[in-house]
Amino acid sequence: MAVVTLNKVVKYYDETLAVKGIDLRIEDKEFMVLVGPSGCGKTTTLRMIAGLEEISDGEILIGDEIVNDVPPKDRNIAMVFQNYALYPHMSVYENMSFGLKLKRVPKDQIDRSVQEAARILDIVDLLDRKPKQLSGGQRQRVAMGRAIVRDPAVFLFDEPLSNLDAKLRVQMRTEIKKVHQKVRTTTVYVTHDQVEAMTLADRVVVMNHGVIEQVGTPQQLYHHPRTKFVAGFIGSPAMNMIPVQLVDDGAALRLDLGADVQLRVPPERAAQYRPFVGKSKLLIGMRPEHLTDAASSGQGDGQTNGSVNGVASGRTFTVTVDVSEPMGMETLVYFQLQGITVCGKVSPDIDASPGKPMLMTAKLAQMHLIDEESGLVL
Amino acid sequence: MAQTLAAGARSRPLHYGSMSRDRRRALFWSYFFLVVFAIFFLTPPIYMLITSLKSSAEISAGVSPWIVTSPTLSNFTGLLGDSVFRRFFWNSAIVSIIVVTVTMIVSVLAAFSLARMKFWGSATLATGVFLTYLVPDTLLFIPLFKMFAWLNETTGIELINQWWVLIILYPTLTVPFCTWIMIGYFASIPKELDEAALIDGATWLQTLTQIFIPVAIPGIIAATIFAFTVSWAQFLYPLAFTTSSDQLVLPVGIITTLIKGDVFNWGQIMAGALLGAAPPLIIYAFLMDYYIAGLTAGATKG
Repeated sequence: MAVVTLNKVVKYYDETLAVKGIDLRIEDKEFMVLVGPSGCGKTTTLRMIAGLEEISDGEILIGDEIVNDVPPKDRNIAMVFQNYALYPHMSVYENMSFGLKLKRVPKDQIDRSVQEAARILDIVDLLDRKPKQLSGGQRQRVAMGRAIVRDPAVFLFDEPLSNLDAKLRVQMRTEIKKVHQKVRTTTVYVTHDQVEAMTLADRVVVMNHGVIEQVGTPQQLYHHPRTKFVAGFIGSPAMNMIPVQLVDDGAALRLDLGADVQLRVPPERAAQYRPFVGKSKLLIGMRPEHLTDAASSGQGDGQTNGSVNGVASGRTFTVTVDVSEPMGMETLVYFQLQGITVCGKVSPDIDASPGKPMLMTAKLAQMHLIDEESGLVL
Repeated sequence: MAQTLAAGARSRPLHYGSMSRDRRRALFWSYFFLVVFAIFFLTPPIYMLITSLKSSAEISAGVSPWIVTSPTLSNFTGLLGDSVFRRFFWNSAIVSIIVVTVTMIVSVLAAFSLARMKFWGSATLATGVFLTYLVPDTLLFIPLFKMFAWLNETTGIELINQWWVLIILYPTLTVPFCTWIMIGYFASIPKELDEAALIDGATWLQTLTQIFIPVAIPGIIAATIFAFTVSWAQFLYPLAFTTSSDQLVLPVGIITTLIKGDVFNWGQIMAGALLGAAPPLIIYAFLMDYYIAGLTAGATKG
């Protein structure tokens, strides 16, 4: 059990700056997910915590101890690798007990730990098998078993599910969450998959170009992204970002998306957005579920957000559907606004065939105004 | 491989599509060339076997060399009963076993450090090791001879005509190539495996002995067979560096003792060559699968 603290951690590879001085505090028992596109420095950060990469500058603390110069084996960590990294010539039991054997833990105690971990992961039957006799999901369990057996202060996961097929990935995701609920150990988990990040994490760290864009709970990141990058990265399908003019027409603030589409900023946001009237390079950020067909939104809107009412409040506009993708629970429709392909979610009962005009409603209470120059959400 | 191909061809019903015709044509030419190569490479040993079963009189009789009229094992019994020949065999065996052991210890350790412990100049060193292998022994033996002579002049240590000197000489041929094979093999082992071992608390030496060596067994066997074949069959170094008959190894011994002036004892030469070829043959037969697996490892992602 430990808190992991990163203070101004920097990593250079030769001349390249991979991690640009990040500060992060991972609380005891917390499940922290580092997420970002490839090359954002998330894996490097994890490997520095593990001690597999040297730290160019700054310090890393596990518990109260600065571990910059502590070798991996003395950091009291366990790591699960993307390709499992099971020792191919050893049985599952030997794989799991290898670390303890090297530590010269008594045999009966090793046996107890291995059996206990195997029970948690439901791999008791597999203990005598070799890794190559196991399926991908089973191998992943063994890799986790090897980590649990060590009873470390911190678990490190490096994209552990990327080698599994889609169905198994969802299943193992649940397993990992279950294991964390049983074995409440501080966990740092790296992934490039934002769905994985959202579903697993207590808190998520979004990284990009070697810096932390935002740290927060999945809900915070989804509903209150602080930067354009986070807004675009979290959520699937991604948030729509459409160039917009912010105009003060005397009565209220108005959002102009071309000549045809004019939307009214909800009164509670007016004060917040007023300083940016007339600013160039503004984007309106709307998630697909907040762009929906007018017919079904009248109801839905009433439940989620009572403050804005009716078609007359400047929330509706007509579009021509380009493509529609029925998903069962809802239908995704794609249309053009300001020359940009925009995605909306409509009720599956609605006829959304291509070429058809459709009256859409924007749930503007959930809108984001993004300054393209600074990359910040205003 | 050829067997599975043939079995597959037999069990499947013939289709008259272009695929099966193409396949049959490919099989035909595979067999054609395999047979040609087999004949080409097997003729000399068969010739050796036939000649070794003839008496000297029959060899010089001038009848067809491919037919044995009165086969005899006297060549074999004569050689095996000869203490000098047994001495050659013994020298060869001792030299080869020690050379293989030394080679494997040196090259596994060298390959592990060159493949895994990234240190300043490790990549250059690895290339250097391979370049060493490219220098042929026909060029090396002259400077080596000079070095030994110089050593004798300055220190009085005599290295010429000592069988154990071959134990120092042969690794110059075996170590570079075996190191190169092992570098390739170790490099094909995923990096995460040693990182996992590192986190598990293994030292470098434990990682090598408990993870890398067991995983790399096919590669190690391939390198071992190579080292054994080279040291068993090496001809030039023992010819140049050893002279008296109690110091000779098998390949040179057969030639120097069984050819007396212009008298060639063909029957015994052939019998000796066959007996000399037996140990590598037996080793190959047992370890062939490992040998091929080792040589082709890393060619594809496993």
